Amino acid sequence: MSLRRQTYREALREALAEALRSDDRVFLMGEDVGRYGGCFAVSLGLLEEFGPDRVRDTPLSESAFVGAGIGAALGGLRPIVEIMTVNFSLLALDQILNNAATLSHMSGGQLAVPLVIRMTTGAGRQLAAQHSHSLEGWYAHIPGLRVVAPATVADARGMLAPALASPDPVLLFEHAGLYASEGETNGAAVGLDGAVVRRPGTDVSLVTYGGMLPTTAAAAERLDTEGISAEVVDLRSLRPLDADTVLGSVRRTHRLVVVDEGWRSGSLSAEVAARVAEQAFYDLDAPPERVCSAEAPVPYAAHLERAARPAVEDVVAAAHRTTG
Amino acid sequence: MTTAPETTPDPLPDAEELPEDARVGPLRAMARIRRFEERCVELYSAERIRGFMHLCIGEEAVAVGLMGALADEDAVVSTYREHGHALARGLPMTSVLAEMFGRVTGCSRGRGGSMHLFDAGRRFYGGNAIVGGGLPVAVGLALADAMRGRSAVTACLFGDGAVAEGEFHECLNLAALWHLPVIFCCENNRYAMGTALEREHAQTDLALRAAAYGMPAWPVDGMDVEAVALAAERAAAIVRAGAGPCFLELRTYRFRAHSMYDSDRYRERAEVTRWKERDPVDLLRERLVAEGRLDDERWTRLVAQVDEEIEDAVLAAEAAPIEPVEDLERFVYSEPS
Amino acid sequence: MPSLGADMESGTLVEWTVSPGDRVHRGDLVAAVETEKSVIDVECFEDGVVERLLVPVGTTVPVGAPLALITPDGTGGPSPEAVPPETPAAATPAPPPPEVAHAPPTPAAPSPRATPLVRRLAERLGLDLAAVPGSGPGGAVTRADVRAAVAPPRPLPSPPSPSPARLRITPYARRLAVERGASPQCLTPGGDGVIRARDIPPAPEPTPAAAPPPESPPESPPEPPPATAPTGATAGAGASERMRAAIAARMTRSMREIPHYHVDAVLEIGAVLERLREVNRRAPVPDRMVPAVLLLHAAARAARQVPELNGHWVDGAFVPATSVALGVVVSLRGGGLLVPTIPAADELPLPELMASLRGVAGRARSGRLRSSDTAPASITVTDLGETGAHSVHGLIFPPEVALVGFGAVVRRPWADGDLLGTRPTVVATLTGDHRATDGIVGGRFLHVIDTVLHDPEEWP
Repeated sequence: MSLRRQTYREALREALAEALRSDDRVFLMGEDVGRYGGCFAVSLGLLEEFGPDRVRDTPLSESAFVGAGIGAALGGLRPIVEIMTVNFSLLALDQILNNAATLSHMSGGQLAVPLVIRMTTGAGRQLAAQHSHSLEGWYAHIPGLRVVAPATVADARGMLAPALASPDPVLLFEHAGLYASEGETNGAAVGLDGAVVRRPGTDVSLVTYGGMLPTTAAAAERLDTEGISAEVVDLRSLRPLDADTVLGSVRRTHRLVVVDEGWRSGSLSAEVAARVAEQAFYDLDAPPERVCSAEAPVPYAAHLERAARPAVEDVVAAAHRTTG
Repeated sequence: MTTAPETTPDPLPDAEELPEDARVGPLRAMARIRRFEERCVELYSAERIRGFMHLCIGEEAVAVGLMGALADEDAVVSTYREHGHALARGLPMTSVLAEMFGRVTGCSRGRGGSMHLFDAGRRFYGGNAIVGGGLPVAVGLALADAMRGRSAVTACLFGDGAVAEGEFHECLNLAALWHLPVIFCCENNRYAMGTALEREHAQTDLALRAAAYGMPAWPVDGMDVEAVALAAERAAAIVRAGAGPCFLELRTYRFRAHSMYDSDRYRERAEVTRWKERDPVDLLRERLVAEGRLDDERWTRLVAQVDEEIEDAVLAAEAAPIEPVEDLERFVYSEPS
Repeated sequence: MPSLGADMESGTLVEWTVSPGDRVHRGDLVAAVETEKSVIDVECFEDGVVERLLVPVGTTVPVGAPLALITPDGTGGPSPEAVPPETPAAATPAPPPPEVAHAPPTPAAPSPRATPLVRRLAERLGLDLAAVPGSGPGGAVTRADVRAAVAPPRPLPSPPSPSPARLRITPYARRLAVERGASPQCLTPGGDGVIRARDIPPAPEPTPAAAPPPESPPESPPEPPPATAPTGATAGAGASERMRAAIAARMTRSMREIPHYHVDAVLEIGAVLERLREVNRRAPVPDRMVPAVLLLHAAARAARQVPELNGHWVDGAFVPATSVALGVVVSLRGGGLLVPTIPAADELPLPELMASLRGVAGRARSGRLRSSDTAPASITVTDLGETGAHSVHGLIFPPEVALVGFGAVVRRPWADGDLLGTRPTVVATLTGDHRATDGIVGGRFLHVIDTVLHDPEEWP
């Protein structure tokens, strides 16, 4: 397929349509995915093409329909479950943790749960504290799950097919701030476990994922004008974590800044920093830095929300601290 | 209970040569579960079995009556009080006991224990130890069968405690909304751990509450295995015909405490004694004796056979290997087949 | 004492509902015990007659301790006189210590004060509690007392040696300082008092084209390649000393960190040398090949076929390399050595390999290594054939995991079947990092070299 320009939202929709078209075991279910077209209009038009059996509007019962996705996966289907936001996924946490992540191991390998759960994450739209959090790091804590965070249009387009092909449950986090972003894709599949260097550099490694990639890339641009060459690493997969790519980068630059929209304490950023400290200690020329969201629920007021999230200047300042 | 014998039964002068009466089958199955669990108490006390262990002594009629009404293609989702369900579904006793001993020959390779018995081949989807947590999975299994045009039904077992959970209501609604082939089997033993039915439910008629979701729902005498079997067959027929889910409230009682570590002081001894008068094993045994289908000698032999199977299972479990520690992280993710 | 729950360690007997002489049946409730959770009935799993109650009411005993003696017919047990029926010591399965046996049979008396947990621990360790001095309240024996009683005496911690004020230096800078032979104590920190990589003086660069900057190039493995540590040979005495220091540091580290093993084999190379002579006869002089290139070629092929030896030891694990980057030890005429790299050496046809070898050796000796020559090697070859040495058992360049050595080509007596003659031979050695592989892998490697050298398809 040739290179085309489209939005993140269109890329997701195209990937869904392709999956529904190519495998009759695939179906989509979630709140308002059908008639409404998806809360973020990702599934707009799919009901018309594939019908109500395969694009299923569910009642507002996250635990039931996520668990039904698990059961349907056990029963031989390839369900894609959409949860409106990560905050709502907490209503289904029992099913995600106690069943999806656990059944394979607890049954001694007899059961596999080939389920894909898509959900929106992140702040930036003044939706306040029950629609804005970044909890993907929590899910990355759980063995048995695969957790991915497409940050680009190409990744949004290319991660669904491998996620559906995986015999294990895959959680796919879509940052709400990315839906309207544009980029190029050739539609190619993107692997589920590899980080990628988005921008090479020599002086400091900026490690990030998902919705923080644009912020981090902008920080790298600014550092460049100051003569600091920043390497930007996009984790893409939060579990398993591609430590090799991160370590390789740090071994080149000797400095690490992790940018994560999650809270700092007990976070994914902590995990990345710890891995680097454990495995690349003798390559570090400065203590690792982290840029995370403020340790408060995300507030409504625009200025407060802005202050709560990692900003370009925060990343730049952290990079300066590492380069001394 | 209305099933009547078709013919006047013959006496059993030479039982050795006679095939077992079909109605003795469920008695044997119940006795097998009863004796197995009694042995488990002993093994637990001696620290051969560890962890949490929940017994279904007193509730055997539910397991045996229900499983007898299901076909191989059907699916079962169960709870942490599932020894009886598993044995009645056909999981080998050796693999169930080996599981409780934590051996690699156990039906979950020793990763699940008493509460998490699995057998994918027999479509026995666990041993779920989160109250209400199995219901969504059952709905999904039924959804898959319905979407693939298969005639299988899913039997979903849970207790009266689960009826208070949000997942119960979400799932009955969803299954009814989508006309899914689920038999919701509420094993109402009147106690959610130590909390009596009346102390946890505003409306204690559980079938009535299920009926509010627009599905056939009725109470059943859960101490009478033949009544359970009849109800389960009827429910399976309704569900298999595509009419959507059914709900059975199987009214039963556990004679023992909630788990091993339970002083059982939340209920009167007199209440337990009253229910023991309707012991499901005794009930059927006495009925069969009265009808001349069973005598003491056959009963004794039946129990002896069951005990022999149990002792064999104990010896096998004792001798079985454990999983190598190196395999601890196996199956966290699927292995390429 | 039955186990009544996953976390139950002991129980206190609060009631006997049977007495000696009573007949009991399987399933009867015979006693009640109090656990941390509540009072629970104790069930009997035998049919028989209660011979003796071993644990008096009010006593706490560990799980697994016998509570009563039940005999099938009421006569089988030891006579009641053998042990006083209600001696508390009888509650524990261990034989009572002598002084206890003489004590009056009251529950409170003589056994050492200890919790059930401690008793159980002592029992497991085979320790007589009475012999353990107690440090707890009222002389009670604690867990620590029990542990101390069985632990070997711990050596006193050595007194802290007086150390200078701790140097603030980043881990990477510390590493660089060692590699460049700079003493961290003599370095000047930056403005914030921290010594960073930039504060480590660079190794001198004798010629403009010599070594790349000390920072590793992109895609570098965890450590700068050996070629970058020593620098060009023409830089005079100071440079030569620094090279010596760098080699010393690297080889000391190798010796310190790597558990080396060595295997060797005598390879017969008559046929392939003959073939080489033929090829060389037809080739213009500048293109002629030396026998060493055959050995390098065979080593590169072997590295590809035995990937366990082609890569790096990083953070306690072997990381295989994706291609064969062949390090070639080049001895410098003024002393010291350099190890330039031939990338993808396993893919080069012999003439190209020869050209590469000629190129890197020349540039190394002239101190004009290109940056591509200093890419990290995945395995290194040292050929001391020129010196006449029969074999070389060298040290591995960390973080590589293997070193291949070749000695001089020598005619040796050689049996071919029953015929004895002389043939040109070479001793090949393989030095392996025992953390990454075992000798059998090294042996396999040498076997592959031998096979390649005897495979006409591999020849020029």
